[in-house]
Amino acid sequence: MSNDNPPAAGAGGTQILSQHTRREIDHWVAKFPPGRQRSACIAALRAAQEQNEGHLTKALMDAVAVYLALPPIQVYEVAGFYSMFETHPCGRHHVSICTNISCMLNGADELVAHAERKLGIKLDESTPDGRVFLKEEHECLAACTGAPMMMVDHVFHEHLTPEKLDQILDELK
Amino acid sequence: MAQDMAEEFVNIEINGKPVKARKGEMIIRATDANGEYIPRFCYHEKLAVAANCRMCLVEVEKAPKPLPACATPVMEGMKVFTRSPKAIAAQRAVMEFLLINHPLDCPICDQGGECELQDLALGFGRDYSRFHERKRSVPDEDLGPLIATDMTRCIHCTRCIRFTEEVAGIQELGMVGRGERMKVRRYIESTVDHELSGNVIDLCPVGALVSKPYRFSARAWEMSAVPLVSPHDGAGSNLFGHVLRGRLMRVVPRQNEAINEIWISDRDRFSYEGIYSPDRLHHPMVREGGQWVATDWETALARAAEGLRARAASLGVLASASSTLEELYLAGRIARGLGGANIDCRLRQGDFRDQAADPLFPNLGMRIADIDSLEALLLIGSNLRREVPILAHRVRKAARAGAKVALVNPAIFPYYFPVAEYLESAPARQVADLAAILAAAAQATGRPVPAHLAQAVQGATVGPQHRAVASALAHGGKRAVWLGALAQRHPRFAELRSLGAAIAQVTGASFGLLAEGANAAGAYLAGAVPHREAGGRPAASPGLTAGEMLSRALQSYLLLGTEPWCEAADVAGTLAQAQFVVAVTPFASDTLRQVAHVLLPAGTFAETSGTYVNLEGLWQSQTGAATPVGEARPAWKILRVLGNLLDLPGFEYVASDAIREELAALCAVSTAYSAPAYAGAHPVAGNAAAAAVVDVPMYQIDALVRRAPSLQKTREGRTPAVTY
Repeated sequence: MSNDNPPAAGAGGTQILSQHTRREIDHWVAKFPPGRQRSACIAALRAAQEQNEGHLTKALMDAVAVYLALPPIQVYEVAGFYSMFETHPCGRHHVSICTNISCMLNGADELVAHAERKLGIKLDESTPDGRVFLKEEHECLAACTGAPMMMVDHVFHEHLTPEKLDQILDELK
Repeated sequence: MAQDMAEEFVNIEINGKPVKARKGEMIIRATDANGEYIPRFCYHEKLAVAANCRMCLVEVEKAPKPLPACATPVMEGMKVFTRSPKAIAAQRAVMEFLLINHPLDCPICDQGGECELQDLALGFGRDYSRFHERKRSVPDEDLGPLIATDMTRCIHCTRCIRFTEEVAGIQELGMVGRGERMKVRRYIESTVDHELSGNVIDLCPVGALVSKPYRFSARAWEMSAVPLVSPHDGAGSNLFGHVLRGRLMRVVPRQNEAINEIWISDRDRFSYEGIYSPDRLHHPMVREGGQWVATDWETALARAAEGLRARAASLGVLASASSTLEELYLAGRIARGLGGANIDCRLRQGDFRDQAADPLFPNLGMRIADIDSLEALLLIGSNLRREVPILAHRVRKAARAGAKVALVNPAIFPYYFPVAEYLESAPARQVADLAAILAAAAQATGRPVPAHLAQAVQGATVGPQHRAVASALAHGGKRAVWLGALAQRHPRFAELRSLGAAIAQVTGASFGLLAEGANAAGAYLAGAVPHREAGGRPAASPGLTAGEMLSRALQSYLLLGTEPWCEAADVAGTLAQAQFVVAVTPFASDTLRQVAHVLLPAGTFAETSGTYVNLEGLWQSQTGAATPVGEARPAWKILRVLGNLLDLPGFEYVASDAIREELAALCAVSTAYSAPAYAGAHPVAGNAAAAAVVDVPMYQIDALVRRAPSLQKTREGRTPAVTY
């Protein structure tokens, strides 16, 4: 739609993106028809976020914009919209405890309170050592049969109890 | 929509009434065409469909849920109900959601009275709010000196975002965050800088984006809307001036699909601020000894007439090309009535050698509306977005539809569309580069080069870029070659034009010149150039050109709305040597006070009736909108009385219409559209000396915009002129 938009003048280079990130972006761009590289924006941001221990910076988003020849604002829009992108510094392990209806009925709120007590942080905060980030909210992850559940770095953990939660959190390095 | 699609219709029913609709068009287009109103916020006929406000939900038979009319294509046999209980319930529900977070600040909101949300809330809103929780508030964005923001009022229709992406061409705004935290934001740490950006003010259906200069100064219902014509460029964009008690409060676009569609440039929208500049001249003034003394009209006019008559043998008239046709005609009659012919509007033109070959008037060579369907365009020496922003928008539309646009410019100016070929050509190289393009074009098409340029083509070194430009232009349907203001300011403009016209001839393209000023074409018809008399007839003995008048001091000058010292450094010194200078001007700058002897306060474009002839030869007249400031009078009235006092015959006009009609009768040309062709044969003579061309920033081109403070605060306004 807007593939004739050159990146804004003065935008930084793409050097900040690692070789691995670039290969990943190229892999995704190749999946779409020529000129539709905007479609690879989510995948590109995911790779850029992984490269930076779990959060995006303005410099990284600008680099993705330049790399994909998109206006920077289009990259910010995507990064701002999806809850799996973090645009502020946060802990390297992303912990999302589901609080949607099924999990809530099975004690998710108590689990959240437990995790907050254990880690000494509130939702949407990270531990001072940069180890764990408690995500504020996450929509239903479609694992209601295993409620209450949580997702830690893209891995589902179901049928949670406070003890199981302790064990999982302790294993995060 | 393609022509062959136009015949394909489907039968649908709107509220029980059978109608035909174009196959594939959205329901809302069909209902609009049939006079059935559907409420909407995000839908806009000039922008892509977003379907995110949901206000246009309608009931469609057999559809289980209400459907958005802006994003649902019509189908054969479809039955649409726009006011059924189900449709109304859906629309009212959406309205309630939209109002949840909208502040109740209508009494202090500039949009009040012309607000789409306010209007539709009256039609579809509840009379009380069921929402008792806290409303959200959103921090404001600084979008620069032209657009004020109140982002809490934003209803997320995304019209502004789609405008920057689709129309302006550089997406400067976006939607960041989601859910309740979603907000419209600009590209971090930048302002909205595009030359058409002010249009988001009109597009915004609420008071989130409003005009910063106009803010808190009037209410929509207090003002009367008076049709005006843009005085800044040759497009002749149609405007409305909104006037409150005689004062022009703001300018908005007047829809004209053949010229400016529904857009206007920021220059047209915000230049009105200059009308009320602090250096506005309120009274006629005469210089007594070294002192300026305010006086009455009789004294000042008598002094002016006396001084001009005494020095009639050596009089130069310098008029702004943005004066009205009537003013230019009367100025020309005064110059010629006093026995001379030294009158010119082409203050920035760099070369007058080939002026005898000028067509009847400078023109685009085509209709503005036809630019959209160009298949190829060669633009020579033009910073088009600065010169005529509305045409730049049309060219962008054409390029996005596949037109090959090639540019020959002294620098790479950014255009937000795919450019077929960009030839960066310093002024000293431009003649050689055009000769090479002509050679390549002759090769590509097999047509002969015109005889007067044969020698220039033989000596040309044709490179791959020249071939690329020529091949972009050589084939296809409608094609055009345009020369811009940078070419007109070039010291070898005669050669550039001759070569440009030959390239057009060899490739079969049309040829146009984007002459500077809103009335560049009118000046030729009005006899306000030294080599043309009223009606456009060639003058038997041409007078001095602007360049000649300013290179050596004459005894007397009459300045009409011009500030020639802003164009070149040494001009004030030349004028200061004159014995007598009369200025008919809205403004009295310090420089003017140093060089002039009589100052006659004139109305600006908004304070006078008059006519502008645009670059397609279209005559557009307007009535005065605002009351002239102080004792200022429309310039045509001042010139009329001056003509009387100079005892010139036939200066008995009582209305500007009579002047226009008299001139129209002298012009053997349509007042609707005409494109007289350049048929000169100027050879390429000699080698280029060092050639300097000034790219004048868009907010420095005339006296009015130089005094518009908000425009001066923009990034473009802070940009100095560049000499190439």
